[in-house]
Amino acid sequence: MKARVPVTVLAAGLMLVAGYAALFIAPDERTMHEIQRIFYFHLGCWTAMFIALGIAFVANIGWLLTSRPRWDWLGVSAVEVGVTSCTAGLITGVLWGKPAWGIWWTWDPRLTTCFILWLLYISYLLLRGLIEDPARRATLSAVFGIFAFLDAPLVYVSNRLWPRGQHPAPVIFGGPNSGINSTMLRTLMISMTAMVVLMLIVLLDRYRLERLRHELDELRVATERGNARSTLAPVARS
Amino acid sequence: MSTARAAAILLAKELRLEFRTRELLNATIVFALVVVVLFSFSFDPTSAESRRLGPGLLWIAFLFSGSLMLHPSFGREQVNQTLDALRMAPISPFALVLGKMLANFLFLSAAEVVLVPVFAILYNVGLTGVAGRLTLVIVLGTFGLCVTGTVFSAIAAHARLRELLLPLLLLPILTPLLIAAVEATASLLAPEPGLDRGWLALLAGFDIVFLTASWLLSDFLLEE
Repeated sequence: MKARVPVTVLAAGLMLVAGYAALFIAPDERTMHEIQRIFYFHLGCWTAMFIALGIAFVANIGWLLTSRPRWDWLGVSAVEVGVTSCTAGLITGVLWGKPAWGIWWTWDPRLTTCFILWLLYISYLLLRGLIEDPARRATLSAVFGIFAFLDAPLVYVSNRLWPRGQHPAPVIFGGPNSGINSTMLRTLMISMTAMVVLMLIVLLDRYRLERLRHELDELRVATERGNARSTLAPVARS
Repeated sequence: MSTARAAAILLAKELRLEFRTRELLNATIVFALVVVVLFSFSFDPTSAESRRLGPGLLWIAFLFSGSLMLHPSFGREQVNQTLDALRMAPISPFALVLGKMLANFLFLSAAEVVLVPVFAILYNVGLTGVAGRLTLVIVLGTFGLCVTGTVFSAIAAHARLRELLLPLLLLPILTPLLIAAVEATASLLAPEPGLDRGWLALLAGFDIVFLTASWLLSDFLLEE
């Protein structure tokens, strides 16, 4: 955990640079002007969410294969961080949608998919809260987590087939006439990296918290066992 | 014992249990009817409006009644700890899950066999000429619902608030199935019926993905 301070400082620095670049350095967008600047963080939220949920999926499989508690800690931490990133992504999206499209919300494939993902992983967290036994909680929530992750592409495809999109066609890697100004691209890369690093720092802290909770539980059980023993055999302990 | 044979025996057990009382089936049919009747108050059920909103109504009724009906699937086994006995049997856990999936599929299909004609009569929707294709859509959709629902019934059975938790886990995961089934049904109820293969493929894909996942994960699902 020695690396935590420098990494946090690095993330804070990245955030500052990204914020400054997004607000002051990146050029004005042709049709959306200032509104478009939220996009640098909006996209960062989604990148962070997909990485976090990917980590959660790997952790769920890891727990089922090995039964090592650390996979379970990683799984719940990643889902919590993923849900947070998703919430931030949805909010920045809504804030952007109103001035850019004239409406707060539209049932576009990408929006719907992320909203359904948000609901699914909220259910995952609810499910964990409702199961007492730690091992069973880990196993059943891992099974649900895998189902939820498998559902994501299906939700996306089903909404894609539904002809009522609102999002623009891809700009980056989108074909011959698409493309992005190089300063914009650099700003985007910096802010995406900043958001991902922030997500990873929070994830590691959340993981540490989960580990400490686990240790505390074990200590508590051990103490209770010790107390029980001392009441059974009240030997003088001076 | 092979998985198929074990699943068949368990399916027979589920059916025998249900047909002694028929309580689950009766309650599901009545609940679905209540949903279908209540929906008629939310819009003006003329023929054109019914064609537009009917498919969604029908599938919401299936999904809601399914998510309520699926809870006893594993919940019922807990009263007398019969799940422990089943777990001790020398059969694969997937056979146990598969037997229950098939039983739930038959129960929900039975409810739908009653519900669809009633829906057609109440909302003036003609089904002649599309019955075969509609059956295919309903079978694929119902199967996907029962596959995921049975697995989640096993998950929810170990949690508190399990009756509430099951719909909460199940309904969001069924979004792709709902969209595909509603769109496929809508295209069949349109004035010029047609069926988009894309939606059928999506329904079949949903069934295959989650049946495979259930097969791979069933060991963990019933772990003690």
